[in-house]
Amino acid sequence: MANFYKDNKDIQFQLSNPLMKKIVRLKEQDFSDSGKYNYAPCTAEDAIDSYDKVMEILGEICGDIIAANAEEVDKVGPHHENGRVTYAPGTQQNQDVLTQAGLYGMYLPREYGGLNFSMIPYIMSAEIVGRADAGFSNIWGLQDCAETIYEFASKEIKDEFLPRINNGETCSMDLTEPDAGSDLQAVMLKATYDEKSGMWKLNGVKRFITNGDAQIKLVLARSEENTTDGRGLSYFVHDQKWGGVHVRRIENKLGIKGSPTCELVFNNAPAKLVGERRMGLIKYVMSLMNGARLGVAAQAVGISEAAYREALKYANERKQFGKAIIQFPAVYEMLSIIKAKLQASRALLYETTRFVDIYKAYNIISENRKLTPEERNEAKQYQRLADMFTPMVKMTASEYSNQNAYDSLQIHGGSGFMKDYPIERIYRDARITTIYEGTSQLQVVAAQRYVTNGAYLNQIKEYENVELKPEFTQLKKTLVAMTEQYQQAVAIVAGGDNEFIDFHARRLVEMASHIVMSYLLVIDAQREKTFEDSAVIYTNKAKAWNDERYSYITDFAACDINQFLSIKEEFSAEA
Amino acid sequence: MTKTFKIVVLAKQVPDTRNVGKNAMKEDGTVNRAALPAIFNPEDMNALEQALRIKDKFPGTKVELLTMGPLRAADIIREGYFRGADGGVLLTDRKFAGADTLATSYALSMAIRKMNPDIIISGRQAIDGDTAQVGPQVAEKLGIPQVTYAESISASESGKITILRRLERGIEEVSTSYPVLITVNATAPACRPRNAKQLMRYKHASTLSEQNDNEHNSYLPLFNMEELTIPEWGVADVGGEEIKYGLSGSPTKVKKIENIVFQAKESKRLSASEEDIDSLFIELISSHTIG
Repeated sequence: MANFYKDNKDIQFQLSNPLMKKIVRLKEQDFSDSGKYNYAPCTAEDAIDSYDKVMEILGEICGDIIAANAEEVDKVGPHHENGRVTYAPGTQQNQDVLTQAGLYGMYLPREYGGLNFSMIPYIMSAEIVGRADAGFSNIWGLQDCAETIYEFASKEIKDEFLPRINNGETCSMDLTEPDAGSDLQAVMLKATYDEKSGMWKLNGVKRFITNGDAQIKLVLARSEENTTDGRGLSYFVHDQKWGGVHVRRIENKLGIKGSPTCELVFNNAPAKLVGERRMGLIKYVMSLMNGARLGVAAQAVGISEAAYREALKYANERKQFGKAIIQFPAVYEMLSIIKAKLQASRALLYETTRFVDIYKAYNIISENRKLTPEERNEAKQYQRLADMFTPMVKMTASEYSNQNAYDSLQIHGGSGFMKDYPIERIYRDARITTIYEGTSQLQVVAAQRYVTNGAYLNQIKEYENVELKPEFTQLKKTLVAMTEQYQQAVAIVAGGDNEFIDFHARRLVEMASHIVMSYLLVIDAQREKTFEDSAVIYTNKAKAWNDERYSYITDFAACDINQFLSIKEEFSAEA
Repeated sequence: MTKTFKIVVLAKQVPDTRNVGKNAMKEDGTVNRAALPAIFNPEDMNALEQALRIKDKFPGTKVELLTMGPLRAADIIREGYFRGADGGVLLTDRKFAGADTLATSYALSMAIRKMNPDIIISGRQAIDGDTAQVGPQVAEKLGIPQVTYAESISASESGKITILRRLERGIEEVSTSYPVLITVNATAPACRPRNAKQLMRYKHASTLSEQNDNEHNSYLPLFNMEELTIPEWGVADVGGEEIKYGLSGSPTKVKKIENIVFQAKESKRLSASEEDIDSLFIELISSHTIG
């Protein structure tokens, strides 16, 4: 009888954000669906009330079913036979119940059977599912594919595929190949147009494909002969019913074991083109990738939440030296920092999601009517904010989920190392989040331009302008000083060459993210007292973390890089 | 055209006796309903699932809930809507108050006559009284067949309905004709979850009393409330003899209530050795616990 939404006030808090009503009004286009669909809302309050009630359904399924299945699913895993994959029984049950509850296609418009929810409840659900079973949250999260089809495919393809999402058909996003991982420009899977059938035919191999035996597949393939870069790649949709794809093997992984990771062989597999040729990587995958990164961030926050709760429970139950171990400073400090990192990354997650929500809603509106110049400006501004916060939150939330899982396991002591407690699974599951959908290192690459062009600084200044209650004056002073320090660090690094900038980029992105998250916690604490402790704890920690980075950068003369360069010769020298 | 059925599910709002806190009982030994959350009786939820499965198989079938209780029991009808039912009736009247199983089954049977279903399904028993009497009594009052302890129900177009009953030593298959009343065991499949679209469609469903009371629901006038109004029936709506309702229709008198404290009984330790296992088997067979 657990409800992972009802038991989490911090998630519920997001629905009361001042921007929420605006988001709903945009997404519902002034409630034009009410009257047309009997489940459409007629006011913003009505819609938000529905979000809340539907999250309650999801929270109950996650608490009672998905979390309860997680251990068994981790142990049993999916089964591979004759080129097909069968889920673990628990995974199948999760999938069936979520389908019965009508929760797939949350973001899709009603005309395609969706719920037409904004991104906020969708990301909330990704977080809640991630807390229940991180492995399953991948299968859940792949409904993102529907969004790509909705945004870029023809009406014919939309009509053919989208209504099936709400009926629980699963999706996969087939990008990676043995020689094309982080560098997707190297994708080789070949697409040739077949005049006779009027379809494209796919041939080649894909690797590390999550949920690779899905019914609906989006495939990145090389449609232009004699090309070698991203501009020769197009995007295709393949229906399992059409045949031609088989699963050669499934991977044996460290974590998220319930989610089948497949190697796929395409043998003249029929497919339809999504959108325009040559736009596969440079437009569609880039857009999809941002959505997927937000999804991983949500999953990671969910894992942090699970790790925090396990640690809190164990620290209260476990007695040593005659008292519960939470009574010891070493333990309660660790727990408070876990909680502060959890709340900080969650604040950043939903802030980013609100930005995404607003610009995407404008995109949809612009299909029906011309936006006014003010609206266009606003859409552009929010898209910029979304683009710059997405890599930041993907990196932060995933790194924090690993740190939190590590500390939570540490609090468990020897018991945490055993298979007897859920924390060992949480610890393994967290590990992938800093890797897939772009490693943390690649998130830095995406984020560093917003350091150098001042975009992060501008947004920090926006937060600086938010009026705070008098008791936060001291924190505000700290944050203003941290911002000045950040500006100086940026100036020093920007004075160097590109190698020097790349070398220090992560430190700068992290400094910016620490300041942003401190502000977000402080701002949330204006509306809700429960964030006060974390606002103080996190800001003080953030100051110390930034001081360390600042001192490393200022003490680091450009020539020091040479000591790092010699590592490149090490391996060949030894061989 | 395929056959369709009219199904009534009997459901009760009960205090959640599975999550008992320290204030669960009042000093006088009666249940402190205020301290326990009101929930949909668990086995009635299994019953609802059975009804919905018949509806899945025979589209066009109508599943309605019937519940008797105070005004807030309208939650039961809404919960039914959220999980796929087509509506329901709240039987509520001060004259129904204080009913034991006899008066309850009389009231339900009178309402059912008005609803005229082919199949009536209820949970085996409610977790507050644990009597398992109401279902069978309703069937008796209506003069129709009853099948208890059901785990699965196969309705068919031929006029026959087949039920698998969970009995102590196995499963019994029973066939009968319509109309029929069936009570369902907790071992039957769990109810499907609330459906998001159904929830959004019916969350404003309410009784007239609730609508009059609900000042904060400022957006209610924006909906077609005619479709979303849950009927409330009182004695006047279902007819019958007034004396048979409520307290006056309830011969049950509580003589005494005792508090029982569960205690661990004496235990026996066994090892995994062949000897111990053999002796355990011999003991269990001779006491007819197994075999």
